[in-house]
Amino acid sequence: MAENNVIPEQLKTITDQYEVVHSKSKLFYPEYERKSDLKHQTHYCPGCGHGVAHKLIAEALEDLGLQDQTILVSPVGCSVFAYYYFDVGNVQVAHGRAPAAATGLKRACPDKIVIAYQGDGDLAAIGTAEIVHAANRGEKISVFFVNNAIYGMTGGQMAPTTLVGQRSTTSPWGRRPVNEGFPLHMCEMLSSLEAPVYIERVALSDNKNIMKARRAVRKALELQRAGAGFTFVEILSPCPTIWGKDPVEARKWVGEKMIPQFPLNVFRDHTVEIPNNNVPPHKTVAELVEGERKAGSDTPIHRKHHHFRDLGIKIAGFGGQGVLLLGQLLAEMGMREGLEVSWLPSYGPEMRSGSAHCHVCLAKDRIGSPVLSRPQVLIAMTEISLRKFATQVAPGGTIIYGREKLPDDLSIPQAQVICIPASEIADKLGSAKVANVVILGALLEETECLSPATAMQVLENKVKNPALLELDRKALDAGRLYIDHAVAMGAVTQADGFAQ
Amino acid sequence: MAGPARGSITIDVEECKGCGLCVESCPPKCLELAPELSSYGVHPARYTGHDCTGCGICFYCCPEPGAIIVYRLAPPAKTLVAQSQPGGGHAATL
Repeated sequence: MAENNVIPEQLKTITDQYEVVHSKSKLFYPEYERKSDLKHQTHYCPGCGHGVAHKLIAEALEDLGLQDQTILVSPVGCSVFAYYYFDVGNVQVAHGRAPAAATGLKRACPDKIVIAYQGDGDLAAIGTAEIVHAANRGEKISVFFVNNAIYGMTGGQMAPTTLVGQRSTTSPWGRRPVNEGFPLHMCEMLSSLEAPVYIERVALSDNKNIMKARRAVRKALELQRAGAGFTFVEILSPCPTIWGKDPVEARKWVGEKMIPQFPLNVFRDHTVEIPNNNVPPHKTVAELVEGERKAGSDTPIHRKHHHFRDLGIKIAGFGGQGVLLLGQLLAEMGMREGLEVSWLPSYGPEMRSGSAHCHVCLAKDRIGSPVLSRPQVLIAMTEISLRKFATQVAPGGTIIYGREKLPDDLSIPQAQVICIPASEIADKLGSAKVANVVILGALLEETECLSPATAMQVLENKVKNPALLELDRKALDAGRLYIDHAVAMGAVTQADGFAQ
Repeated sequence: MAGPARGSITIDVEECKGCGLCVESCPPKCLELAPELSSYGVHPARYTGHDCTGCGICFYCCPEPGAIIVYRLAPPAKTLVAQSQPGGGHAATL
């Protein structure tokens, strides 16, 4: 390490006698990619606790040899720029969401060391839900919670951890529990959960406590390396600038005022075995569908040669008409025929009679967006949906309207309109509920986008009641036959199927 | 004090923000804030030049990653060993 640092001239004579015992960790970049020209200093105020916390984490990671395996999640707050300094994998996430992002990172890369570095405004205010649930799930991450009892970056507003009586810009006469509540004790809260393996509160208040903090940080990282579970270290830290104290006084204030309110302790240090029962089969969607297909029928579906590159279908109607289910059926059919598919529902809070629509994309390539602004096909089960969405249909597209004829005042020049009285047909077959399957039959016959045989396979898989399955089969056939016969005979507004 | 001090430190004047935490923390009180200002307008910390034990407390109290380098007097017999181990620079303190 000595060779990385410039040894001042006057000390060159003693470097033969002396060896370097402490110097800048290799975990820090030699020069920081800051926006301003101060590339050799951190952006923290003089005496800020973040710098010390950074050094403790960096030293532990370096000593444990974890530099190349570490992903640090920077928060929002003064330490938002942690990625300027730590030469590890860095992610900066939305306010308070570090434990959620860290969960994803750790689950995707279980062999990496994932650290969430958060302040008290970030972790204990906007991010309370994320930290509680990450801890409760026992995510195998390390969270370093730097608590300075104030919002530093935004100018000294009251934080959840602000002490009773402590002044801030939003509690100018001191925090009053009757109005602002009591300070949140995160360590105590989290130690009421079952899953965490290690929870400790340390302080940067004096030499001794800093060295204790050093050990706690190291222990949390060692535990993570061993795959032990959720580890959490709260670091009480000075904020001289916002507290309006000089750095030495501020550090003393941590010891005199903060520690009595936030007692230092190891709140949790034991191994936790989280039961892993009812493990679901680890299969991809394709494998799952393939398996069902093999189990369900002996006749394999040949991968159809689809005539489109991608097809966007919008299905709209009332809730209860099977609008969303029809979309799901189409998506599953597409999946079985080897297409990329997406299904995006949109519905109100009502299960019945509210308006509902969904977007289905079928594509040979990856789907960029599941939202369709210009669907090629619109299935409108009701007049309201037809009026609402008809103009969105791409020129040359198709509209399948679930009524006998178009309203007289409506003209849709850009699209081919097929009218099919689906509910009436379904009702004659035995239940108006299968109107959506009638429409499906019509869609398949009209656009030939997917094979009716696939539709039956999907229905066989979904509908367990044989009587209902038979009804669905009839409905599907009825929809196809209607297109074959009735439409050709002029049931649409124009004989050729095109509106003027 | 006979012979060289057990330890020594160097402070990067360009990185030091003059917070004074190292001065406050130093057990043998061998640090002080320089009377002259640095180019950033602060009084940077400096070594008085004697009594350093190389304990490293100032290093851990300093919020700047690289402002302080702590040296320790290497016993002649162990010098070779210490130089051959690059990780040996992080002996535990306290």
